[in-house]
Amino acid sequence: MSVTHLAPPPRSRAHAASSISISDVSHTYGARTAGGMLALDGINLDIGDGEFHCLLGPSGCGKSTLLYLIGGFIPVQAGMISTSAGPVTAPGPDRSIVFQNFALFPWKTVKDNVLYGLKKAGFNAAEREQRARHYIDMVHLTGFENAYPSQLSGGMQQRAAIARTLAVDPGILLMDEPFGALDAQTRRVMQEELRTIWRDSRKTVVFVTHDVQEAVFLADRISIMSARPGRIQHVIDVDLPKERGEEILENREFIGLSEHIWRLVREQAVAATRGAH
Amino acid sequence: MSDVLAGGRGRGRVGPSLSYAVVNTVVRFTPLLVLALGWEFLGLSGLVSRQMLPGLGEIFAAFSDMLFGGDLLYNTLRSVSRAAAGLGAAVVVGISAGLLMASFRPVRLLINPIVQIFYPMPKSALIPVVMIWLGLGDSSKILLIFLGCLLPVIVGTYNGARGVNPFLLWSAASLGASRFDVLREVVLRGAMPDILNGCRTALAFSFILMVSSEFVIATDGVGFMISSLGDGGQYPAMFAAIFFVAGIGFAADRLYALLSRRLLRWREA
Repeated sequence: MSVTHLAPPPRSRAHAASSISISDVSHTYGARTAGGMLALDGINLDIGDGEFHCLLGPSGCGKSTLLYLIGGFIPVQAGMISTSAGPVTAPGPDRSIVFQNFALFPWKTVKDNVLYGLKKAGFNAAEREQRARHYIDMVHLTGFENAYPSQLSGGMQQRAAIARTLAVDPGILLMDEPFGALDAQTRRVMQEELRTIWRDSRKTVVFVTHDVQEAVFLADRISIMSARPGRIQHVIDVDLPKERGEEILENREFIGLSEHIWRLVREQAVAATRGAH
Repeated sequence: MSDVLAGGRGRGRVGPSLSYAVVNTVVRFTPLLVLALGWEFLGLSGLVSRQMLPGLGEIFAAFSDMLFGGDLLYNTLRSVSRAAAGLGAAVVVGISAGLLMASFRPVRLLINPIVQIFYPMPKSALIPVVMIWLGLGDSSKILLIFLGCLLPVIVGTYNGARGVNPFLLWSAASLGASRFDVLREVVLRGAMPDILNGCRTALAFSFILMVSSEFVIATDGVGFMISSLGDGGQYPAMFAAIFFVAGIGFAADRLYALLSRRLLRWREA
Protein backbone atom coordinates (compact mmCIF):
# COMPACT_ATOMS: atom_id res chain seq x y z
CA MET A 1 0.00 0.00 0.00
CA SER A 2 1.88 3.07 -1.12
CA VAL A 3 1.20 6.41 0.47
CA THR A 4 0.51 8.14 -2.83
CA HIS A 5 -2.71 6.15 -3.23
CA LEU A 6 -4.08 7.82 -0.15
CA ALA A 7 -3.65 11.32 -1.54
CA PRO A 8 -7.05 12.97 -1.85
CA PRO A 9 -8.73 12.15 -5.16
CA PRO A 10 -9.45 14.87 -7.71
CA ARG A 11 -12.37 16.93 -6.53
CA SER A 12 -13.35 18.37 -9.88
CA ARG A 13 -16.62 16.47 -10.25
CA ALA A 14 -17.53 16.26 -6.57
CA HIS A 15 -21.14 16.84 -5.61
CA ALA A 16 -21.25 19.57 -3.00
CA ALA A 17 -22.48 18.53 0.44
CA SER A 18 -26.10 19.41 0.67
CA SER A 19 -28.86 20.01 3.16
CA ILE A 20 -32.10 18.07 2.99
CA SER A 21 -35.52 19.48 3.67
CA ILE A 22 -38.48 17.18 4.25
CA SER A 23 -41.87 18.80 4.68
CA ASP A 24 -45.24 17.17 5.33
CA VAL A 25 -44.24 13.88 3.73
CA SER A 26 -46.70 11.03 4.07
CA HIS A 27 -46.56 7.70 2.31
CA THR A 28 -49.12 4.95 1.89
CA TYR A 29 -48.28 1.52 0.51
CA GLY A 30 -50.96 0.12 -1.77
CA ALA A 31 -52.52 3.58 -1.97
CA ARG A 32 -54.52 2.64 -5.04
CA THR A 33 -56.33 -0.17 -3.26
CA ALA A 34 -58.79 0.03 -0.39
CA GLY A 35 -56.52 -1.65 2.17
CA GLY A 36 -53.63 0.81 1.77
CA MET A 37 -51.14 0.93 4.67
CA LEU A 38 -50.02 4.30 6.00
CA ALA A 39 -46.26 3.95 6.45
CA LEU A 40 -45.24 7.57 7.03
CA ASP A 41 -47.44 10.28 8.46
CA GLY A 42 -46.61 13.98 8.20
CA ILE A 43 -42.82 13.87 8.39
CA ASN A 44 -41.05 17.23 8.82
CA LEU A 45 -37.31 17.21 9.13
CA ASP A 46 -34.41 19.45 8.14
CA ILE A 47 -30.98 17.88 7.90
CA GLY A 48 -28.07 20.31 7.72
CA ASP A 49 -25.13 20.53 5.41
CA GLY A 50 -22.49 17.97 6.44
CA GLU A 51 -24.64 16.58 9.25
CA PHE A 52 -24.54 12.91 10.29
CA HIS A 53 -28.18 12.12 10.91
CA CYS A 54 -29.55 8.82 12.16
CA LEU A 55 -33.12 7.64 11.65
CA LEU A 56 -33.78 5.35 14.59
CA GLY A 57 -36.87 3.30 15.32
CA PRO A 58 -38.42 -0.12 15.69
CA SER A 59 -38.72 -2.31 12.60
CA GLY A 60 -41.66 -1.39 10.44
CA CYS A 61 -41.59 2.27 11.46
CA GLY A 62 -41.00 3.44 7.90
CA LYS A 63 -37.41 4.63 8.38
CA SER A 64 -36.22 2.79 5.28
CA THR A 65 -39.21 4.14 3.35
CA LEU A 66 -38.17 7.67 4.30
CA LEU A 67 -34.61 6.94 3.15
CA TYR A 68 -35.87 5.54 -0.19
CA LEU A 69 -37.98 8.68 -0.67
CA ILE A 70 -34.91 10.87 -0.13
CA GLY A 71 -33.03 8.64 -2.59
CA GLY A 72 -35.76 9.17 -5.17
CA PHE A 73 -36.29 5.42 -5.53
CA ILE A 74 -39.98 5.64 -4.70
CA PRO A 75 -42.00 8.67 -5.76
CA VAL A 76 -43.13 11.21 -3.18
CA GLN A 77 -46.93 10.93 -2.86
CA ALA A 78 -47.63 13.76 -0.45
CA GLY A 79 -45.45 16.60 0.76
CA MET A 80 -42.07 17.64 -0.55
CA ILE A 81 -38.45 16.59 -0.28
CA SER A 82 -35.71 18.84 -1.56
CA THR A 83 -31.95 19.14 -1.38
CA SER A 84 -29.72 22.09 -2.20
CA ALA A 85 -29.99 20.89 -5.82
CA GLY A 86 -33.79 21.19 -5.85
CA PRO A 87 -36.79 18.91 -5.36
CA VAL A 88 -36.10 15.16 -5.38
CA THR A 89 -37.82 13.44 -8.31
CA ALA A 90 -35.52 10.55 -9.28
CA PRO A 91 -32.41 8.73 -8.05
CA GLY A 92 -29.09 10.40 -8.77
CA PRO A 93 -25.40 10.24 -7.94
CA ASP A 94 -25.70 13.31 -5.71
CA ARG A 95 -27.59 11.03 -3.27
CA SER A 96 -25.90 7.66 -3.48
CA ILE A 97 -26.90 4.76 -1.27
CA VAL A 98 -25.48 1.74 0.57
CA PHE A 99 -27.95 -1.07 1.25
CA GLN A 100 -28.02 -3.63 4.03
CA ASN A 101 -27.66 -6.48 1.53
CA PHE A 102 -24.69 -4.76 -0.19
CA ALA A 103 -26.27 -4.94 -3.68
CA LEU A 104 -22.92 -5.29 -5.43
CA PHE A 105 -23.13 -6.34 -9.06
CA PRO A 106 -22.31 -10.04 -8.69
CA TRP A 107 -20.94 -10.29 -12.24
CA LYS A 108 -18.41 -7.54 -11.67
CA THR A 109 -15.18 -7.71 -9.69
CA VAL A 110 -14.64 -5.37 -6.75
CA LYS A 111 -12.76 -2.97 -8.98
CA ASP A 112 -15.35 -3.03 -11.76
CA ASN A 113 -18.08 -2.40 -9.20
CA VAL A 114 -16.21 0.68 -8.00
CA LEU A 115 -15.50 1.79 -11.58
CA TYR A 116 -19.19 1.59 -12.55
CA GLY A 117 -20.26 4.92 -11.08
CA LEU A 118 -16.99 6.57 -12.12
CA LYS A 119 -17.69 5.72 -15.77
CA LYS A 120 -21.18 7.20 -15.45
CA ALA A 121 -19.67 10.36 -13.99
CA GLY A 122 -17.51 10.77 -17.09
CA PHE A 123 -14.06 10.55 -15.54
CA ASN A 124 -11.29 9.71 -17.98
CA ALA A 125 -9.52 6.37 -17.73
CA ALA A 126 -6.59 7.64 -15.67
CA GLU A 127 -8.83 9.44 -13.18
CA ARG A 128 -11.06 6.38 -12.88
CA GLU A 129 -8.08 4.17 -12.09
CA GLN A 130 -6.74 6.59 -9.53
CA ARG A 131 -10.05 7.11 -7.75
CA ALA A 132 -10.90 3.39 -7.76
CA ARG A 133 -7.52 2.61 -6.22
CA HIS A 134 -7.96 5.37 -3.66
CA TYR A 135 -11.33 4.17 -2.42
CA ILE A 136 -10.42 0.49 -2.50
CA ASP A 137 -7.42 1.40 -0.35
CA MET A 138 -9.61 3.44 1.95
CA VAL A 139 -11.80 0.45 2.76
CA HIS A 140 -8.76 -1.86 3.03
CA LEU A 141 -9.59 -4.06 0.06
CA THR A 142 -6.29 -3.60 -1.76
CA GLY A 143 -5.34 -7.04 -3.09
CA PHE A 144 -8.99 -8.00 -3.62
CA GLU A 145 -9.63 -5.78 -6.67
CA ASN A 146 -10.17 -8.76 -8.96
CA ALA A 147 -12.30 -10.83 -6.58
CA TYR A 148 -15.98 -11.34 -7.33
CA PRO A 149 -18.41 -10.43 -4.53
CA SER A 150 -19.25 -14.11 -3.95
CA GLN A 151 -15.60 -14.69 -3.01
CA LEU A 152 -15.69 -12.10 -0.21
CA SER A 153 -16.98 -12.19 3.36
CA GLY A 154 -20.02 -10.10 4.29
CA GLY A 155 -17.86 -7.42 5.88
CA MET A 156 -15.63 -7.20 2.82
CA GLN A 157 -18.64 -7.02 0.50
CA GLN A 158 -20.07 -4.17 2.54
CA ARG A 159 -16.74 -2.34 2.42
CA ALA A 160 -16.68 -2.80 -1.36
CA ALA A 161 -20.22 -1.39 -1.55
CA ILE A 162 -19.17 1.61 0.54
CA ALA A 163 -16.15 2.20 -1.71
CA ARG A 164 -18.39 2.04 -4.79
CA THR A 165 -20.75 4.62 -3.31
CA LEU A 166 -18.04 6.95 -1.97
CA ALA A 167 -16.19 6.85 -5.29
CA VAL A 168 -18.91 8.88 -7.03
CA ASP A 169 -18.45 11.45 -4.26
CA PRO A 170 -22.12 12.00 -3.44
CA GLY A 171 -22.96 15.14 -1.49
CA ILE A 172 -25.49 13.08 0.40
CA LEU A 173 -24.68 9.56 1.54
CA LEU A 174 -27.72 7.38 2.29
CA MET A 175 -27.17 4.25 4.37
CA ASP A 176 -29.87 1.65 4.99
CA GLU A 177 -28.77 -0.42 8.02
CA PRO A 178 -25.48 -0.99 6.21
CA PHE A 179 -23.89 -2.92 9.09
CA GLY A 180 -26.96 -4.93 10.03
CA ALA A 181 -25.71 -8.12 8.43
CA LEU A 182 -22.23 -8.00 9.97
CA ASP A 183 -20.88 -9.67 13.10
CA ALA A 184 -20.36 -7.50 16.19
CA GLN A 185 -16.59 -6.98 15.82
CA THR A 186 -16.70 -6.13 12.11
CA ARG A 187 -19.59 -3.83 12.82
CA ARG A 188 -17.64 -1.88 15.44
CA VAL A 189 -14.64 -1.49 13.11
CA MET A 190 -16.87 -0.36 10.26
CA GLN A 191 -18.61 2.20 12.46
CA GLU A 192 -15.29 3.74 13.44
CA GLU A 193 -14.13 3.76 9.83
CA LEU A 194 -17.34 5.38 8.67
CA ARG A 195 -16.97 8.12 11.30
CA THR A 196 -13.45 8.78 10.04
CA ILE A 197 -14.47 8.80 6.39
CA TRP A 198 -17.35 11.14 7.15
CA ARG A 199 -15.15 13.49 9.19
CA ASP A 200 -12.59 13.68 6.38
CA SER A 201 -15.05 14.04 3.51
CA ARG A 202 -17.70 16.25 5.14
CA LYS A 203 -20.68 14.63 3.48
CA THR A 204 -24.23 14.79 4.67
CA VAL A 205 -25.10 11.31 5.91
CA VAL A 206 -28.55 9.87 6.54
CA PHE A 207 -28.13 6.57 8.34
CA VAL A 208 -31.00 4.20 9.11
CA THR A 209 -30.61 1.84 12.06
CA HIS A 210 -32.56 0.19 14.87
CA ASP A 211 -29.43 -0.07 17.02
CA VAL A 212 -29.38 2.67 19.69
CA GLN A 213 -25.66 2.41 20.47
CA GLU A 214 -24.80 2.59 16.79
CA ALA A 215 -26.91 5.72 16.37
CA VAL A 216 -25.37 7.47 19.39
CA PHE A 217 -21.86 6.48 18.36
CA LEU A 218 -22.26 7.79 14.81
CA ALA A 219 -24.70 10.67 14.75
CA ASP A 220 -24.75 14.41 15.26
CA ARG A 221 -28.52 14.23 15.58
CA ILE A 222 -30.93 11.34 15.93
CA SER A 223 -34.57 11.25 14.83
CA ILE A 224 -36.53 8.73 16.85
CA MET A 225 -39.45 7.43 14.84
CA SER A 226 -42.69 6.01 16.15
CA ALA A 227 -44.14 2.65 15.27
CA ARG A 228 -46.53 2.46 12.32
CA PRO A 229 -47.60 4.87 11.03
CA GLY A 230 -44.10 6.36 11.12
CA ARG A 231 -43.84 9.80 12.67
CA ILE A 232 -40.82 11.63 14.02
CA GLN A 233 -41.31 11.52 17.79
CA HIS A 234 -38.12 13.15 19.02
CA VAL A 235 -35.09 14.78 17.45
CA ILE A 236 -32.09 14.54 19.76
CA ASP A 237 -28.75 16.33 19.56
CA VAL A 238 -25.76 14.17 20.32
CA ASP A 239 -23.35 16.46 22.19
CA LEU A 240 -20.34 14.20 22.20
CA PRO A 241 -16.77 14.89 21.06
CA LYS A 242 -16.26 14.83 17.29
CA GLU A 243 -13.42 12.36 17.77
CA ARG A 244 -15.04 9.11 18.75
CA GLY A 245 -13.18 5.88 19.25
CA GLU A 246 -13.56 2.76 21.35
CA GLU A 247 -13.06 4.84 24.52
CA ILE A 248 -16.30 6.75 24.02
CA LEU A 249 -18.25 3.63 24.95
CA GLU A 250 -17.01 4.22 28.53
CA ASN A 251 -17.90 7.93 28.44
CA ARG A 252 -20.55 8.74 31.03
CA GLU A 253 -22.42 11.09 28.70
CA PHE A 254 -22.45 8.43 25.98
CA ILE A 255 -23.90 5.87 28.37
CA GLY A 256 -26.46 8.32 29.79
CA LEU A 257 -27.61 9.45 26.36
CA SER A 258 -27.82 5.86 25.11
CA GLU A 259 -30.00 4.90 28.07
CA HIS A 260 -32.22 7.92 27.59
CA ILE A 261 -32.70 7.16 23.89
CA TRP A 262 -33.17 3.48 24.60
CA ARG A 263 -36.13 4.34 26.88
CA LEU A 264 -37.67 6.54 24.17
CA VAL A 265 -37.27 3.81 21.54
CA ARG A 266 -38.64 1.20 23.92
CA GLU A 267 -41.84 3.21 24.36
CA GLN A 268 -42.29 3.07 20.59
CA ALA A 269 -41.49 -0.62 20.41
CA VAL A 270 -43.97 -1.39 23.20
CA ALA A 271 -46.62 0.72 21.47
CA ALA A 272 -45.95 -1.23 18.28
CA THR A 273 -46.40 -4.58 19.99
CA ARG A 274 -49.66 -3.40 21.57
CA GLY A 275 -50.86 -2.08 18.24
CA ALA A 276 -50.23 -5.45 16.67
CA HIS A 277 -52.57 -7.22 19.13
CA MET B 1 -24.42 -36.13 -21.62
CA SER B 2 -25.64 -35.82 -18.08
CA ASP B 3 -25.10 -32.13 -18.72
CA VAL B 4 -28.31 -31.92 -20.69
CA LEU B 5 -30.18 -32.69 -17.51
CA ALA B 6 -27.94 -30.77 -15.15
CA GLY B 7 -28.22 -27.64 -17.26
CA GLY B 8 -24.50 -27.79 -17.94
CA ARG B 9 -23.47 -26.28 -14.63
CA GLY B 10 -22.36 -28.60 -11.93
CA ARG B 11 -19.16 -30.01 -13.38
CA GLY B 12 -15.81 -29.34 -11.79
CA ARG B 13 -13.46 -27.00 -13.56
CA VAL B 14 -10.24 -28.97 -13.43
CA GLY B 15 -9.94 -32.74 -13.38
CA PRO B 16 -7.62 -34.01 -10.66
CA SER B 17 -5.47 -35.97 -13.13
CA LEU B 18 -5.24 -37.13 -16.71
CA SER B 19 -5.98 -40.77 -15.92
CA TYR B 20 -9.05 -39.68 -13.99
CA ALA B 21 -10.19 -37.69 -17.04
CA VAL B 22 -9.68 -40.69 -19.33
CA VAL B 23 -11.62 -43.01 -17.02
CA ASN B 24 -14.30 -40.35 -16.67
CA THR B 25 -14.68 -40.05 -20.44
CA VAL B 26 -14.82 -43.82 -20.91
CA VAL B 27 -17.49 -44.10 -18.22
CA ARG B 28 -19.48 -41.26 -19.75
CA PHE B 29 -19.52 -42.87 -23.18
CA THR B 30 -20.08 -46.45 -22.03
CA PRO B 31 -23.88 -46.24 -22.55
CA LEU B 32 -23.24 -45.26 -26.19
CA LEU B 33 -20.96 -48.23 -26.63
CA VAL B 34 -23.60 -50.54 -25.15
CA LEU B 35 -26.16 -49.06 -27.52
CA ALA B 36 -23.85 -49.65 -30.53
CA LEU B 37 -23.20 -53.25 -29.48
CA GLY B 38 -26.94 -53.83 -29.01
CA TRP B 39 -27.56 -52.41 -32.46
CA GLU B 40 -25.05 -54.76 -34.08
CA PHE B 41 -26.32 -57.73 -32.08
CA LEU B 42 -29.95 -57.13 -33.08
CA GLY B 43 -28.96 -56.84 -36.74
CA LEU B 44 -26.71 -59.93 -36.74
CA SER B 45 -29.14 -62.07 -34.74
CA GLY B 46 -31.75 -61.77 -37.46
CA LEU B 47 -34.42 -60.63 -34.99
CA VAL B 48 -34.72 -57.43 -36.97
CA SER B 49 -34.24 -57.21 -40.71
CA ARG B 50 -30.90 -55.91 -41.96
CA GLN B 51 -32.79 -53.23 -43.87
CA MET B 52 -34.28 -51.73 -40.71
CA LEU B 53 -31.01 -51.80 -38.78
CA PRO B 54 -28.10 -51.80 -41.24
CA GLY B 55 -24.72 -52.71 -39.82
CA LEU B 56 -22.66 -49.88 -38.40
CA GLY B 57 -19.90 -50.65 -40.91
CA GLU B 58 -22.31 -50.21 -43.81
CA ILE B 59 -23.58 -46.98 -42.34
CA PHE B 60 -20.04 -45.69 -41.95
CA ALA B 61 -19.18 -46.60 -45.54
CA ALA B 62 -22.29 -44.77 -46.76
CA PHE B 63 -21.30 -41.83 -44.59
CA SER B 64 -17.82 -41.49 -46.05
CA ASP B 65 -19.27 -41.78 -49.58
CA MET B 66 -21.73 -38.98 -48.88
CA LEU B 67 -19.19 -36.86 -47.11
CA PHE B 68 -16.50 -36.98 -49.77
CA GLY B 69 -18.43 -37.74 -52.97
CA GLY B 70 -21.99 -36.76 -52.12
CA ASP B 71 -23.85 -33.67 -51.09
CA LEU B 72 -24.05 -34.21 -47.34
CA LEU B 73 -21.96 -31.17 -46.50
CA TYR B 74 -23.86 -28.97 -48.93
CA ASN B 75 -27.21 -30.05 -47.48
CA THR B 76 -25.98 -29.65 -43.93
CA LEU B 77 -24.79 -26.16 -44.71
CA ARG B 78 -28.19 -25.29 -46.19
CA SER B 79 -29.99 -26.63 -43.11
CA VAL B 80 -27.70 -25.09 -40.56
CA SER B 81 -27.85 -21.69 -42.21
CA ARG B 82 -31.67 -21.78 -42.03
CA ALA B 83 -31.54 -22.82 -38.39
CA ALA B 84 -28.99 -20.10 -37.64
CA ALA B 85 -31.07 -17.41 -39.34
CA GLY B 86 -34.26 -18.39 -37.51
CA LEU B 87 -32.53 -18.89 -34.17
CA GLY B 88 -30.51 -15.69 -34.47
CA ALA B 89 -33.61 -13.63 -35.18
CA ALA B 90 -35.46 -15.35 -32.32
CA VAL B 91 -32.64 -14.55 -29.88
CA VAL B 92 -32.55 -10.87 -30.82
CA VAL B 93 -36.33 -10.39 -30.89
CA GLY B 94 -36.93 -12.68 -27.89
CA ILE B 95 -34.44 -10.96 -25.59
CA SER B 96 -35.76 -7.53 -26.54
CA ALA B 97 -39.38 -8.58 -26.04
CA GLY B 98 -38.63 -10.29 -22.72
CA LEU B 99 -36.79 -7.24 -21.39
CA LEU B 100 -39.55 -4.87 -22.47
CA MET B 101 -42.19 -7.13 -20.94
CA ALA B 102 -40.35 -7.24 -17.64
CA SER B 103 -39.81 -3.48 -17.59
CA PHE B 104 -43.05 -2.01 -18.89
CA ARG B 105 -46.49 -3.03 -17.69
CA PRO B 106 -48.36 -2.20 -20.93
CA VAL B 107 -45.97 -4.37 -22.97
CA ARG B 108 -46.43 -7.16 -20.43
CA LEU B 109 -50.21 -6.94 -20.63
CA LEU B 110 -50.02 -7.01 -24.41
CA ILE B 111 -47.60 -9.89 -24.91
CA ASN B 112 -48.14 -12.15 -21.90
CA PRO B 113 -51.47 -13.71 -22.98
CA ILE B 114 -50.07 -14.41 -26.44
CA VAL B 115 -47.03 -16.12 -24.98
CA GLN B 116 -49.13 -18.21 -22.62
CA ILE B 117 -51.46 -19.45 -25.36
CA PHE B 118 -48.73 -20.27 -27.86
CA TYR B 119 -46.16 -21.69 -25.44
CA PRO B 120 -47.53 -25.25 -25.24
CA MET B 121 -48.47 -25.41 -28.91
CA PRO B 122 -46.29 -27.78 -30.99
CA LYS B 123 -44.68 -25.44 -33.48
CA SER B 124 -44.44 -28.15 -36.15
CA ALA B 125 -48.22 -27.74 -36.47
CA LEU B 126 -47.40 -24.44 -38.17
CA ILE B 127 -45.55 -26.10 -41.06
CA PRO B 128 -48.58 -26.03 -43.42
CA VAL B 129 -49.34 -22.46 -42.37
CA VAL B 130 -45.88 -21.04 -43.11
CA MET B 131 -45.93 -22.94 -46.41
CA ILE B 132 -49.17 -21.26 -47.43
CA TRP B 133 -47.83 -17.87 -46.35
CA LEU B 134 -44.31 -17.99 -47.75
CA GLY B 135 -44.15 -20.93 -50.16
CA LEU B 136 -41.47 -23.57 -50.45
CA GLY B 137 -38.35 -21.41 -50.24
CA ASP B 138 -36.03 -20.74 -47.32
CA SER B 139 -38.19 -18.03 -45.81
CA SER B 140 -40.99 -20.39 -44.74
CA LYS B 141 -38.57 -22.63 -42.81
CA ILE B 142 -36.73 -19.68 -41.29
CA LEU B 143 -40.05 -18.24 -40.12
CA LEU B 144 -41.04 -21.56 -38.57
CA ILE B 145 -37.73 -21.91 -36.74
CA PHE B 146 -37.96 -18.28 -35.65
CA LEU B 147 -41.46 -18.79 -34.21
CA GLY B 148 -40.50 -22.01 -32.47
CA CYS B 149 -37.37 -20.56 -30.88
CA LEU B 150 -38.92 -17.24 -29.93
CA LEU B 151 -40.99 -18.36 -26.96
CA PRO B 152 -38.32 -20.10 -24.87
CA VAL B 153 -36.10 -17.03 -25.32
CA ILE B 154 -38.90 -14.63 -24.33
CA VAL B 155 -39.90 -16.70 -21.32
CA GLY B 156 -36.30 -17.17 -20.14
CA THR B 157 -35.52 -13.46 -20.53
CA TYR B 158 -38.74 -12.37 -18.86
CA ASN B 159 -38.32 -14.66 -15.85
CA GLY B 160 -34.66 -13.74 -15.52
CA ALA B 161 -35.33 -10.01 -15.78
CA ARG B 162 -38.15 -10.16 -13.22
CA GLY B 163 -35.89 -12.06 -10.87
CA VAL B 164 -33.08 -9.48 -10.84
CA ASN B 165 -32.53 -8.15 -7.32
CA PRO B 166 -34.35 -4.78 -7.31
CA PHE B 167 -31.68 -3.28 -5.06
CA LEU B 168 -29.23 -3.71 -7.94
CA LEU B 169 -31.45 -1.51 -10.10
CA TRP B 170 -31.60 1.13 -7.38
CA SER B 171 -27.86 0.96 -6.80
CA ALA B 172 -27.17 1.52 -10.49
CA ALA B 173 -29.62 4.44 -10.64
CA SER B 174 -28.04 6.06 -7.60
CA LEU B 175 -24.59 5.68 -9.19
CA GLY B 176 -25.75 7.75 -12.16
CA ALA B 177 -27.10 5.12 -14.58
CA SER B 178 -29.91 6.20 -16.90
CA ARG B 179 -33.02 4.05 -17.32
CA PHE B 180 -31.57 2.63 -20.53
CA ASP B 181 -28.22 1.94 -18.82
CA VAL B 182 -30.06 0.07 -16.07
CA LEU B 183 -31.92 -2.04 -18.61
CA ARG B 184 -28.82 -2.89 -20.60
CA GLU B 185 -26.19 -3.16 -17.89
CA VAL B 186 -28.14 -4.50 -14.93
CA VAL B 187 -31.40 -6.14 -16.04
CA LEU B 188 -29.89 -7.80 -19.11
CA ARG B 189 -26.75 -8.81 -17.26
CA GLY B 190 -28.63 -10.08 -14.21
CA ALA B 191 -31.04 -12.06 -16.38
CA MET B 192 -28.19 -13.68 -18.33
CA PRO B 193 -28.26 -17.10 -16.61
CA ASP B 194 -31.96 -17.53 -17.48
CA ILE B 195 -31.52 -16.03 -20.94
CA LEU B 196 -28.75 -18.51 -21.68
CA ASN B 197 -30.95 -21.39 -20.51
CA GLY B 198 -33.82 -20.19 -22.70
CA CYS B 199 -31.49 -19.92 -25.69
CA ARG B 200 -30.25 -23.45 -25.07
CA THR B 201 -33.80 -24.77 -25.29
CA ALA B 202 -34.25 -22.67 -28.43
CA LEU B 203 -31.08 -24.17 -29.91
CA ALA B 204 -32.54 -27.67 -29.50
CA PHE B 205 -35.88 -26.53 -30.97
CA SER B 206 -34.10 -25.02 -33.97
CA PHE B 207 -32.61 -28.42 -34.85
CA ILE B 208 -35.93 -30.22 -34.39
CA LEU B 209 -37.82 -27.73 -36.53
CA MET B 210 -35.06 -27.53 -39.11
CA VAL B 211 -35.22 -31.27 -39.82
CA SER B 212 -38.97 -31.71 -39.48
CA SER B 213 -39.80 -28.76 -41.73
CA GLU B 214 -37.43 -30.10 -44.40
CA PHE B 215 -39.29 -33.41 -44.32
CA VAL B 216 -42.38 -31.59 -45.50
CA ILE B 217 -41.31 -28.57 -47.50
CA ALA B 218 -37.87 -28.58 -49.06
CA THR B 219 -35.76 -29.43 -52.04
CA ASP B 220 -32.53 -29.59 -50.08
CA GLY B 221 -31.22 -29.77 -46.51
CA VAL B 222 -30.48 -32.65 -44.16
CA GLY B 223 -34.16 -33.28 -43.39
CA PHE B 224 -34.92 -33.48 -47.11
CA MET B 225 -31.98 -35.85 -47.57
CA ILE B 226 -33.11 -38.15 -44.78
CA SER B 227 -36.64 -38.40 -46.10
CA SER B 228 -35.66 -38.88 -49.74
CA LEU B 229 -32.98 -41.51 -48.87
CA GLY B 230 -35.63 -43.29 -46.82
CA ASP B 231 -38.11 -43.14 -49.69
CA GLY B 232 -35.45 -44.52 -52.02
CA GLY B 233 -34.65 -47.41 -49.70
CA GLN B 234 -31.06 -46.29 -49.13
CA TYR B 235 -31.18 -47.09 -45.43
CA PRO B 236 -27.46 -47.09 -44.56
CA ALA B 237 -27.14 -43.62 -46.09
CA MET B 238 -30.30 -42.49 -44.34
CA PHE B 239 -28.97 -43.60 -40.96
CA ALA B 240 -25.65 -41.97 -41.73
CA ALA B 241 -27.42 -38.65 -42.34
CA ILE B 242 -29.47 -39.06 -39.15
CA PHE B 243 -26.38 -39.77 -37.04
CA PHE B 244 -24.54 -36.92 -38.68
CA VAL B 245 -27.22 -34.37 -37.87
CA ALA B 246 -27.47 -35.76 -34.33
CA GLY B 247 -23.72 -35.32 -33.98
CA ILE B 248 -23.88 -31.75 -35.19
CA GLY B 249 -26.69 -31.00 -32.77
CA PHE B 250 -24.68 -32.51 -29.95
CA ALA B 251 -21.57 -30.54 -30.89
CA ALA B 252 -23.58 -27.32 -31.09
CA ASP B 253 -25.00 -27.93 -27.63
CA ARG B 254 -21.58 -28.69 -26.14
CA LEU B 255 -20.11 -25.59 -27.72
CA TYR B 256 -23.00 -23.59 -26.36
CA ALA B 257 -22.57 -24.99 -22.84
CA LEU B 258 -18.89 -24.08 -22.99
CA LEU B 259 -19.72 -20.56 -24.08
CA SER B 260 -22.33 -20.17 -21.32
CA ARG B 261 -19.86 -21.25 -18.69
CA ARG B 262 -17.42 -18.62 -19.88
CA LEU B 263 -20.07 -15.93 -19.76
CA LEU B 264 -21.18 -16.98 -16.28
CA ARG B 265 -17.71 -17.39 -14.80
CA TRP B 266 -18.63 -14.97 -12.03
CA ARG B 267 -21.14 -17.48 -10.66
CA GLU B 268 -18.56 -20.21 -10.26
CA ALA B 269 -16.09 -17.95 -8.53
